[in-house]
Formats: sequence, structure tokens, C-alpha cells
Amino acid sequence: MTDKIKFVQGSEACVEGALYAGVNFFAGYPITPSTEIAEVLSKRLPETGGKFIQMEDEIASMCAIIGASLTGHKVMTATSGPGFSLKQEALGYACMAEIPCVIVNVQRGGPSTGNPTHVSQGDINQARWGTHGDHSIIALTASNHQDVFAMTVDAFNLAETYRTPVVLLFDEAVGHMREKLIIPEEGEIPRVDRLRTSLGKGVDYHPYLPREDGRLPMSDFGGDHRYNVTGLFHDMWGFPSNNPKVVSGLLHHLNDKIENNVHNITRYKEHFMEDAEYVLISYGASARSAIHIATNRRARGEKMGVLELQSIWPFPEAMIREKCANAKAVLVVEMNMGQVMRHVKAAVDRPEKVFLVNRIDGKLITPTDIKSLLRVIQGRGV
Amino acid sequence: MSVKNYIRERFFPHMWCPGCGHGTILNCLLRAVDQLQLDKKDLVMTSGIGCSARISGYVDFHSLHTIHGRALAFATGVKLSKPQLKLIVPMGDGDALAIGGNHFIHAARRNIDITAIVMNNRIYGMTGGQYSPLSGPGKKATTAPYSTIDNDFDVVKLATAAGASFVARSTAYHVLETVDVLKKAIEHKGFSVVEILSQCPTHYGRKNKEGNASQMLEIQKNTTAKLGSKALEKNPLLIPRGIFVDNDAPEYCQEYDKVVERAMKGRNA
Repeated sequence: MTDKIKFVQGSEACVEGALYAGVNFFAGYPITPSTEIAEVLSKRLPETGGKFIQMEDEIASMCAIIGASLTGHKVMTATSGPGFSLKQEALGYACMAEIPCVIVNVQRGGPSTGNPTHVSQGDINQARWGTHGDHSIIALTASNHQDVFAMTVDAFNLAETYRTPVVLLFDEAVGHMREKLIIPEEGEIPRVDRLRTSLGKGVDYHPYLPREDGRLPMSDFGGDHRYNVTGLFHDMWGFPSNNPKVVSGLLHHLNDKIENNVHNITRYKEHFMEDAEYVLISYGASARSAIHIATNRRARGEKMGVLELQSIWPFPEAMIREKCANAKAVLVVEMNMGQVMRHVKAAVDRPEKVFLVNRIDGKLITPTDIKSLLRVIQGRGV
Repeated sequence: MSVKNYIRERFFPHMWCPGCGHGTILNCLLRAVDQLQLDKKDLVMTSGIGCSARISGYVDFHSLHTIHGRALAFATGVKLSKPQLKLIVPMGDGDALAIGGNHFIHAARRNIDITAIVMNNRIYGMTGGQYSPLSGPGKKATTAPYSTIDNDFDVVKLATAAGASFVARSTAYHVLETVDVLKKAIEHKGFSVVEILSQCPTHYGRKNKEGNASQMLEIQKNTTAKLGSKALEKNPLLIPRGIFVDNDAPEYCQEYDKVVERAMKGRNA
């Protein structure tokens, strides 16, 4: 039992989650503050016959995991802001070619080289719109190591279920902080394995023909079925096509398979949300400060709660509207200039009651930062 | 068996211009694969973007048509994750050596068992005839109306310096030699590079007044000579053809197996 309880960094919790989910191929490139993920996996993967490779750059790492996914492996890469920018073209390729993979972004301050060793949550929109063209994406996040573990397992599961890249948006504070992690028993968190085609040799397999339930069974490279994979618009054989019907059909499919499943993908936690008049919406390291405030205020009888987002994309609009319906005020607590706040405003019935509590100076947002704004909103002066 | 057995006839006719050398190179490659009696199931072709990159759609292998310049990075992921597969990566000169130059030298440095083919027509054909890193100085292109001032480089020397353990050069004119070096490159254990001079009459030929396809093939015949030949001895300015490097060197995936062994030993100790 003792080896199941660990005192680790958030990055190590992510590695443990990935191994639990069955990761067996990782390609990466050193970058602060995500390097620990690569370091730990370079030791752990070969111990179980998995493969680790340090590529020549961020782009190559993203490309290598896509290649390895096609041979049937569960794959991951990890990076931070500048590296995430470089990976965007290949990430779009994985969206287009529908290749399951997991991309960890341990966020640091940006734009550009920015603030490499300090915390930020500034890549929320980049995760959604960083690559060109209309597409959809899944992005998850977490505020503590147990959830980092669980969300990492979830990321692999969702990548396989929807045949899509999944982004894990962690931040420097959670990534570098040490706290307790209990590794769940085998089977305690369900694991989704690759859906492979049941078609045998000699039967015409269509890699891009969805089943009735919308899922597309895959066939490993090296298996009986040989097919084409491309980043061009393609037909059911995977062969390039610019037929308008094929183009619009595929684009709808890529968006619908995720947007129509928001309710299945949405992950969140409620802290003291019952009858809450003041709702703090937060995620990642910021949520820790929000939870701290709400815990104290509840003890004093104030009706304050925290809605902690664990999935950011697809944006859980309907859930947020419902949870904020009776709120006097909604405070979005995040470490950027309002990237989630804008979407909360668009989601709720009364956007004028949504306020931003943020910090963008590389320091972790504190309970005091939240308190200061609460004073104003609650009419207790500045 | 015929080469037809290795193509996806459904997707023909191909999209290359009349007179393009790339179809000839495809034919040579399929003959090489046929003569080696390789199982299509074990073959993966990875390509990037450009005229050359479309080759992967036409072959009845596992095929991965990727993004510009990154074919070798994708191929590295495929190969390392499943080393029993044979990886063939045809690239254009711009694809392999401009945008993809970094991946090219690092794949060579690792000596990972991949066959890289540079189909060198010295131009960006698909975008309409812009100069490439292999055009060389004094050439005309749509982005060099006053002629190029950029130097080119020698693919063979670059690949050799970067650590490729098999390096060869042929042309679209010398088809029998091309089949032969491709066979050897595919059979070689390690990173192999084959540069094949190809002709683009539509863009390079027209802009640089090199004539039609057959006249351009004449140029390939007249400006190259076999390694060790008298012709090359007499005129060292000719471009040498043949096998420049063929070394036994530790291959990346096999070396990684040793890493796995060491890791497992450490764990069980």
C-alpha cells in the first residue's frame, strides 16, 4: 500500500496518470516548466517496454507521437507556451486526421518567452484556437494532484473515445508544487482502450466511415488494412478530396463529434455550491485560492461557493448558465486577462453580474486578491 | 509480379504534370520493392507536402501524408513505436532540406532505420516555381526574377556529415541504377539517403530554358557520371552518381532496445 501513496510534484502526478492510462510512447523537447514530465517518463517508460524519445524540436515531438499513435500506441507529449505554439500545426493535423493523442501544456507567462518559471493561465484560448481552421478540441485542467492524475487518465480516455487530440492545461504552480497523491487501484478508474476494426483481412475497411454511433474504428499501421492518412480533406478511404460535399461533411463531423457531446465531456466540481449567492468560477491553481475563501466565508455563514471547471473545452456553457442562475454575482478567478470570463459572460443570463478577479504578474492569485474585489461587489468599500 | 500490384489504381491518374520525373521515380521505387519481395503489410510510406509528397497516396502501403517538412519526424514516431515496419520517406528538395532540414539532419544523426528519398527537382513545383535551397545561384524562379543569389548545398555531403550510414545519388534518367540503389537503401539497416535528380519541365525547365522533359533528361545524362568512372576523373565538375556511404553503424531502434534492457534490469535489481 505504501508505494501507492506518494509525495510528488504535479508533473509527476501527470506521469503517474498517464502510465495508469496506458501511455507507451512519449516524444518531447525540454522546456520549463514541463521538463519534469519528460525526465520522469524517460526513466519510467523503458522499465515497462515503452518508448521515450527526445526529439530535435517541439514540432518533431508532436509529429512523432502522431506517427506512434497510428501504430496503435497511447501517446503523449508535454510542453509549455512557446512549445505549444510550435506544435499547433501538427495538432491541427491530428484533429483533421482524427488521431488520438494527449498534449500537456504546463502553462507559464506569455506571450513569447514571457515568464518561463512563473505561473499563468494564459493559453486557454490558444488551446481552443491555436491551430488554423474550424475544428473542435477537448481541454482539461486540474487544481490538485489527485485531480491531475484523474484528468490525465480522462484525457487518454477521451482521446480514444472521440479520436481526437486532448490538451491538458496545467499551470506552473500545480506542476511544480508537491503534495500527496494516492495511486488508485487497477480498474478503479476505467480505462478506454483503442476501438479497433473487427473487419478481417480482405474485407474493405474504410478508416473514415463513422459507425452508427459516430465512432470510427481504427486499424494499426502494420495490420491487415492499408489505408491513407492525410491532413487534406479526405473521403472515407482517407484519400484527398475537394468535393464540396466531402469537405463540408468532414468539417461538420470534426466539430459535431465533440460539440454535440459537451454534456458527456464536461467535468467540474462543486464546492459549497448549494444555495450559493456568490459563485466563484475557477480552475487550476487559481481554484485553490477560491476554495480557500469560500471555505472561510461559509464558516461565517456567507452563501459563497466555488464552481471548479475541470474541462474548459468544449466550453460547458449550459452547465454554467444553470449553476449561476440564482447568483447575485459571479466572480471568475483566473490568471490571465479574462479568457474564461468572456465565455462565462456569454453563457449566463445576466452578463453584467460577472466580474473578473485576475492576476497577470507571474504570482499565484491569493485569497486576498479575491477578498479585495468581493469587498467592492458586496458594497463594503474599496 | 508487376508494379501494378503495389499501387492504388483507384486513385489514378496521378496529379503530376506531363514530363515530370516523379512518376519515373515512383516506378523505380515499386520495382525495387517488388524485386525485394517485400510484404506490403510491412511497408509504411510517410511524406510531407509538395508534388513529391503526393506519392504516398498512390502506393498500396500504409501511407501517411503529413505536413510540410515533417515527414521524417512522423516516420520516426512510426518506426520507433513499431520497429518491425519498413519506413520509406520520399521528399522534395524544399520539403526535405528547407522547412524539413532540421529533421533531416537529426534523423541522420540518430541513424534510425528509415529510407529517405530526396526527389530533387531544384524548385517548389506545387506552389508554382519558386526557388529552393537546391536551385543554386544564377537560376530563374518566380521568386527570383533577377536570378538567384542563394547557394545550394550538396545533399550527399550533408547527409554524410550528419551521420547517415547509407548515402547514394541517382537520377530519373538512370532508371536501372535508381532501382538498384533504392533496393540497397531499403535493405540497409540504418538511416539511408538517396538523392534522385528529377526534372520539372513545367517550372524549372521553362524558367531556366532547359527545354522539355526529354531535353532535361539529356542534361541529367550529360552532367552526371558514375563514381569511379573515367568520365568523372576527366571532368570533376560532373555530378557523381552511385553509393557514397555504406557503413555498419548502431541503429537507433536496436540501441533503444538496449535502453529498455538496462531499465528493466535496474528495476528488477
